[in-house]
Amino acid sequence: MTSTAKAPAGPSTVDPDDIARFSAIAAEWWDPAGKFRPLHRFNPIRLGFIRERVCMHFGRETKALHPFAGLRLLDIGCGGGLLSEPMRRLGATVLGADAGEKNIATASVHAGEQGLDIDYRCTTAEALAEAGERFDVILNMEVIEHVADRDAFLKACAAMLKPGGLMIVATLNRTMKAFGLAVLGAEYVLGWLPRGTHEWSKFVTPDEMRQGLVAAGLEVREVSGVSYNPISDIWKLSGDTGVNYMAVAVKPAG
Amino acid sequence: MTKADYESDVLIVGGGLAGLPLALALAQGGLTVTVIDAQDPAKTHDAGFDGRVSAIAFASCRMFERLGVTKHLAGQMQPINDIIVSDGRVREGASPLFLHFDHTEIGNEPLGHLIENRHTRIALGKAIAEQPLVTLIAPNAVKSVAYDAAHATATLADGTMVRAKLCFAADGRPSPTREAAGIRTIGWDYGQTGIVTTVEHERPHEGVAQEYFLPNGPFAILPMVGNRASLVWTEKTAAAKAILALNDEDFADEMRARFGDYLGECRPVGPRWSYPLNLQLAREYIRPRLALIADAAHGVHPIAGQGLNLGLRDVAAAAEVVVDAARLGLDIGSLTVLERYQRWRRFDNVALSLMMDGLNRLFSNDLGPVRLARDLGLGLVNQIGPMRRLFMRHAGGVVGDLPRLLKGEAV
Repeated sequence: MTSTAKAPAGPSTVDPDDIARFSAIAAEWWDPAGKFRPLHRFNPIRLGFIRERVCMHFGRETKALHPFAGLRLLDIGCGGGLLSEPMRRLGATVLGADAGEKNIATASVHAGEQGLDIDYRCTTAEALAEAGERFDVILNMEVIEHVADRDAFLKACAAMLKPGGLMIVATLNRTMKAFGLAVLGAEYVLGWLPRGTHEWSKFVTPDEMRQGLVAAGLEVREVSGVSYNPISDIWKLSGDTGVNYMAVAVKPAG
Repeated sequence: MTKADYESDVLIVGGGLAGLPLALALAQGGLTVTVIDAQDPAKTHDAGFDGRVSAIAFASCRMFERLGVTKHLAGQMQPINDIIVSDGRVREGASPLFLHFDHTEIGNEPLGHLIENRHTRIALGKAIAEQPLVTLIAPNAVKSVAYDAAHATATLADGTMVRAKLCFAADGRPSPTREAAGIRTIGWDYGQTGIVTTVEHERPHEGVAQEYFLPNGPFAILPMVGNRASLVWTEKTAAAKAILALNDEDFADEMRARFGDYLGECRPVGPRWSYPLNLQLAREYIRPRLALIADAAHGVHPIAGQGLNLGLRDVAAAAEVVVDAARLGLDIGSLTVLERYQRWRRFDNVALSLMMDGLNRLFSNDLGPVRLARDLGLGLVNQIGPMRRLFMRHAGGVVGDLPRLLKGEAV
C-alpha cells in the first residue's frame, strides 16, 4: 500500500518552501489533541459538506454508510490523509496525492493500520493530469493558497475531471479578517499552526476563485462560507466567505 | 494480526438494559454489532433474576417505540398518570404539604410507564432477534479487551475472539471493562439499602405513583399492571437487614405501616430483593476505542427513578454520535469522535446524580427545621405552576439537548 512514487520530473506549480514547512509537521497529523486539533475539529463540517454535495450531484443516499461506492476520487494535497481515509470509508476509490514525501509516508502507514486501501502517491496535479488520470470527484482542500501558479494548477485539476465530474475547492479569502484569524490568530496567538504556515498574499478571493475555475472550463455551482466560533470551538457553514470558504464546480458533460 | 472469530463495527460488553438498546440503535444506523453477555438470556427473563420495576420516562418510551421494542411490551406497560411526592413518618401518614404532578397539565401523554425489568429484557431480546445486524453471544464472559491503533479485540472465556473498531462497556456498576482500562471512579456509599418487593392491593391505583420521604429514606410506590404495585423501600442498611429478616407477617405489618391504607387491604407477594445504594461516577467516559455507558459510567441514587433513563440517554447520544461519524466516514473509535459523546453526556449525568444525592440528603432525616423547610418547599413548588411543570418535564426526560431517538426520530 505504501507508495514509493518519486516526485515527478518536469515543471511543478508547488512552492518548495511550503512543502518543507508542512512536511516538518506531518507526523503529527493524526493526533486529535495535537497540532492539527483545529483541522480535526473542522473536519466533520467539511466532510458533511462534501458528502451532501457529492450525494446530491451523483444522486446518492446521504444516510447510507457507503454512498460513494463506484466513484473515483482524487484528494489533491492529501497531507496525512485526514480526508482520504473518510472518503475511502464512504466507498470511493481514492487516490491521495501530496508533494510532501513525509506526508505520503505518514498517510500510507496510517491507512495500513486502519486496513484501508488508498492509493497514496507523492506527486503533483500537473503530473497526474499529464499521465491521463481521470476522476469523478476531485477534492482540492486548503491547497490552492500554497501553490505557486494558481491558474495552471486549476487547469490541471479541471483536465482530470471526467465530464459531469465534481470538484470542491476550499481555501482562505484574502481579507483583513482572514489575515487576523488565520495568520495572526491561528499561527501567532493560538499557536495552532507553525508560524509561516500561511502566506496571506497567496490567499484567494472568491471572485478570483470563480474566474480561475471558469477559465479552467468549469461551471461554478456554489460558494459557501465556513465560520468558526472561538468561544464554543464550533465550526459551521455560513454565508460569510470572509475567512474560510468552499466552492463547488462541475465539468460540463459532453 | 490473528483472525478474529467475530468482526463487526462495534462490540458491546454487556447485554442488559443499556447494552441491548444501544445495539438496536447502532444497527438502525446500519452498523454491525456484536453483544457479549455473561448471563444466559433465558435466566435473566426469569421472575427470580431481577425483581425491579423501572420507570421508563416519556422520552425513553419514544425511543423504545423507534427501536421496535414497544410492540413486544403489549400489556406490560403501566402508564404513570400522576406522581405525588410527600413527606411523612412511619405510622403517621403524609404531611399535608405535598407536591402533585398531574400529566394532563403538560399534555395528553403519561409522564412515563412502569415496566418490570424482566419484561423489558424479554422485549429487547425479541427486538434483537429481529435485527440481522446484531449478533448476541451469551452466555460467555469477556476475559480481556485489547486496544490497538484500529481495533478493540475482546477475548472470551472460551477463547473466542471478537474484534471491532469500537468497544462499549455496558457491563454495569462494577464494569470490569472500565476497571481493566484503568478508568477511576469517585463516589460514596449512602449507608442505605433499597428493599424491593411487589404488593397486591384491593383498590385500583389509577396510575398514581407515590413517593413518601420517610426519615430513613424514600419509600416509593410504583403502580404496576393490575392491582399491584412495586415498592422501593429505602432504609438505613442495619434497619434494612432486620426488616429483610422478618417473617412474612411481621414484614407485611412493617410494610403497611408505611404504605397506609389508601388502596385498601394490601399484602406483599413474591420475593424480597435488596440492593445496597451508592453513588459512583466514572472520571472519564472514553479512551481510544472504548466508551462507557449507563451504569458503567454512573450509578445514581434511585430516589427519582432516573437510573435507567439516564442510561438510555447515554444510549441515544452515543448511537447518534457514532452513526453520524460513520456517515461522514470518520473512524468511529477515535477520540475525535468519542469526545463529542463525553461532552454531551458527562455534565448532564453528574448534574443529575448530584441533584438526586442532594434530594436524598435533604429528605432522609428527621430534623425538625429541615422537615419544615422541605415541607414548605414541596408546598411552594406545588403552588407555582411553571416550576411544577418543569419538574414534570424533567421526570419525563424531555428537558435539555435531546438526541434524535429521544425526540422519537430515527437515529
